[in-house]
Amino acid sequence: MTIDWKQYASPGCYDELLDDRSQPRAASRTLCEYLASLSDGDLRERKTAAELAIMVMGITFTVYTEGGSIDRAWPFDIVPRIIPKHEWDRTDAGLKQRVQALNLFIDDLYHDQKILKDGVFPAEVLAQSVNFRPQCVGVSPQHGIWAHICGSDLVRDKDGTIYVLEDNLRVPSGVSYMLENRVVTKRVFPELFEYQRIQPVDDYTLRLYDMLVSLSPRPGDAATVVVLTPGIYNSAYFEHSYLAQQMGVELVEGSDLEVGDDDCVYMRTIEGLERVDVIYRRIDDLFLDPEAFRPDSSLGVKGLMRAWRAGKVALANAPGAGVADDKVVYAFVPEIIKYYLDQDPLIPNVPSYLCMRDKDREYVLANLDKLVVKPANESGGYGMLVGPHATPAERKRFAELIQKDPRNYIAQPTLSLSTSPTLCEGQMEPRHVDLRPFILSGPSTYVTTGGLTRVALRKGSLVVNSSQGGGSKDTWIVDTEGF
Amino acid sequence: MLSRVAQNIYWMARYVERAEDTARLINVNSNLLLDLPRNTTFGWLPLIFIVGAEDLFFEKDPKRLADENNVVKFLISDRDHPSSILSSLAAARENLRTTRDAVPQEAWEQINGLYIYARDHLPTRRGRYEFLRQVIRNTQQISGLLDGAMSRTAAYEFVHMGRYLERADMTTRILDVRSANLLPRSGQPAGSPQEPADQSQSQSQSAPSDRTEQDPFENIQWMSVLKSLTAYQMYRQQVRSRVGGPDVLKFLLQNDSFPRGISFCLKQLDCSLRTLPRSDAALATSAALQQQLNTAAVPDLAREGMHEFIDQLQIGLGQLHASIAKTYFEH
Repeated sequence: MTIDWKQYASPGCYDELLDDRSQPRAASRTLCEYLASLSDGDLRERKTAAELAIMVMGITFTVYTEGGSIDRAWPFDIVPRIIPKHEWDRTDAGLKQRVQALNLFIDDLYHDQKILKDGVFPAEVLAQSVNFRPQCVGVSPQHGIWAHICGSDLVRDKDGTIYVLEDNLRVPSGVSYMLENRVVTKRVFPELFEYQRIQPVDDYTLRLYDMLVSLSPRPGDAATVVVLTPGIYNSAYFEHSYLAQQMGVELVEGSDLEVGDDDCVYMRTIEGLERVDVIYRRIDDLFLDPEAFRPDSSLGVKGLMRAWRAGKVALANAPGAGVADDKVVYAFVPEIIKYYLDQDPLIPNVPSYLCMRDKDREYVLANLDKLVVKPANESGGYGMLVGPHATPAERKRFAELIQKDPRNYIAQPTLSLSTSPTLCEGQMEPRHVDLRPFILSGPSTYVTTGGLTRVALRKGSLVVNSSQGGGSKDTWIVDTEGF
Repeated sequence: MLSRVAQNIYWMARYVERAEDTARLINVNSNLLLDLPRNTTFGWLPLIFIVGAEDLFFEKDPKRLADENNVVKFLISDRDHPSSILSSLAAARENLRTTRDAVPQEAWEQINGLYIYARDHLPTRRGRYEFLRQVIRNTQQISGLLDGAMSRTAAYEFVHMGRYLERADMTTRILDVRSANLLPRSGQPAGSPQEPADQSQSQSQSAPSDRTEQDPFENIQWMSVLKSLTAYQMYRQQVRSRVGGPDVLKFLLQNDSFPRGISFCLKQLDCSLRTLPRSDAALATSAALQQQLNTAAVPDLAREGMHEFIDQLQIGLGQLHASIAKTYFEH
C-alpha cells in the first residue's frame, strides 16, 4: 500500500508539510507527490539505503549510561522537513537581529553594564547567574563579538507562529548532523534535487572557517585555527572531528596545547611547537583552564585564560558568553533587543514565567499540570518537567525544587509543537519537530539555510533530544517563486 | 602535524597490518595442516608463539588446550587478546576515530566497515577461509586507499612507517618460530613435524624426532613460511634452487626487492624518515640495523645462531620504534 496523504492527520497541530485538509502545502507538493508515487517496497529500500549510508559514514553520537558510553548510529528519518524560502527569509532576519542584540548585551555586561544602570535588566538576575565569569570583565574580543557560533531552537505552535524556544550560546552542537543529513538525503532521493530549487547548506564550514580566521590576533599572517575537543568520549565528538576535517584544521585536545612564557598558545607537533591563533573550543568554560577555573580539569590548557586576556589568542565562543544562555535571561530578550537596537523582535519568545517573581511563581505552582518547567542552566532536555505528561509525584518534586531555588526555574505554556510526516514502521505518521539553525557572528552575520530539524520519534513525545529518543531530518528551504 | 595525531595514525597503520598478517598466518597454517600426516600434526601452538602471546593464552588456564578451535578463536575474535584480528581492527578504528581528519574519508568508512563486518561475521570453521580472505582483501584495500589518496605529507609517512615496522616485526616472528622447528639446534638435528609440545612448556624443549635428509614435510613447511608472507611465487621467480631453509631465510631477510622481506621494510622506513624533520637519531638506529642485517652470513646462521640473530633484529626494531616515538610522539 502506497502513501495516501488523505489518511494522514495531525489533529490540533500545525503540520509542516500538509495543511488542515491533508493537502500538501505549496513548497512540499513535489515531495508529497513523489513519496505517494513510491511503493512500500521502494520506500523501505530508501530507508535501508539511508541506514546503510549512516552506518558506513560512521555518523554516530555518544550516549552516557551507567555502563559507560556507547556509540549509536544517528537516528534519521528520510522524509525531509520543508520550509518555504519566503518564510525562511523572515526567520533569518529575526535570528540575525536576536544574536546581534545578545552580543551587545554580553559585551555590555562585561564592560559598563549600562543595561543594569538603566534598570532594564535586573541586577539580581546577573548577581545569581552561574554563567557570568568575573574573569572576563574588561576583556574586548575582536569585533566586540562573544557568541560567534549560536544555535537557537525554534518551534512552531498550532497557529503556525514560530517562536524562539532557547538560545545556545556556549557550545551549541548539531551542525554536523545538519550537513550529513543533506549528504544522506542526496544519496537517497537524488532525483528530488533535480526538479526543485532546494537551497544548499554545504558552505557552512567555509563560512565558519572564514569567521574564525577573522578573529586572529595576528591579522595579515596566515592564521592557525584549531578545534579544541574534550575528546572522544564527548557526546559531540563526531561533530568536533567532522568540523576540523571539513575546515582542514587540527583537532586538538587540551594535552596538545601549552601556553608559553610569552602568553602565546602553542601546539605540540612533529616539528616542535607551533603557535595557535584561533581556538574554536568545544569545551565548557569551567574546564577551559585549570589555572582560572576548575583546578581539577584535565581537559583544558593551563594558562589559556591568561593568553586570551592578553589578546594573544582568540577563543570562539568567548569565555563568559554563556551568561546570555540562561533561561531567565531568555525571558528578557525582547527587552534586550529593544534596548540595544531599538527594534521590536522579529521572532517572538515563548511567553515565560519567572519563578523568581512572586506572582509568576504562584501561578506556576498552581498550574504545574499545564506548564513546562525548565531549569535555568541545563541543556540537552535534562532536568525538565513536562507538566501535562508528568506524574503527580514528579510535579510534587518540581514544586519543591522551585520553592527551594526559584531563580533557577522558568515555566512556559505547553506548546502544541508542530509535526512533520515521519516514516514509522512503514507508515507515514505525524511526529513533533523543532528546528535549530546556527548563526555565525564575525565581521558579518550568517545564518544557515534551515538548520537541524530534530524529531521526537516516539508517538506523542515532545522531547526531540537525541540523548532521549529523538532523531533528525533533513531540512529543505524551498524556493517556490518562479516555478 | 600534531604529535598525538602522528602517533594515532602510526598505530592505526600498525594495527591494520597486524590484522592482515594474523589473517595470513591462520590461513596458511590451516592449509599446511591439511597437507601434513594426521599423526604428526604440527599443531596450532606455534601461532601463539609467533604472536608472542603465550603468557596471555595460558593465563586463565595453564592446561588450556592449544587446539585448532581455541587458538583460532584466540587469534581471530578474543577481545582480551589485544592483537587478535578483532582487537586489532577495533584499535585501528579507535585510533582513526580520534584522528579522522588526518586520513581520507573513504579510508575511515572502509576501516569502520571492516570492523563492523568482523564483529558481526565471526566465522565458523567452514566460513573461516572466506572470513580471513575478506579481512586480507579489505585491509589491502585500506592500504591501497591510503597509498592512492593521501598526499605524501607527514601523515602519510607515519602510515608508511607504521605499516613497515609492523610488517618487519611480524616477518621476524614468523621466521623465528618456524625456523626453531626447522633448523638444527644446539648440535641436534632439526625436528621434522613434531608432536605438540606440552603446553605448559616452551616449545623449544620439545623432543626432536627422526629426520631424513629429504623430508618432504620440511619442504612443505618452508613453503608455508613463504606462503604466509605471499612470498612463494616471488621466491620461485628469483631463487632458482629448490625450497630450502638457508635460501628461504636469505630471501626473506636480505632480498631488498620483496615487499614483505625485512630488508625491504627497513629501506621503506628509511625513506620515510628522510622526509621527516628531526629524524637524525631514528635514521642512525635504522642505519645500524640495516648494516647488521646486510652483513649477516645467513647460511652460517642457519646452522647455528639464527634465533639469537633474530632476537637482535627484534631488539633493533624495538629501538627504531622507540626512537620514532621519542622524537615525534613524546616531547
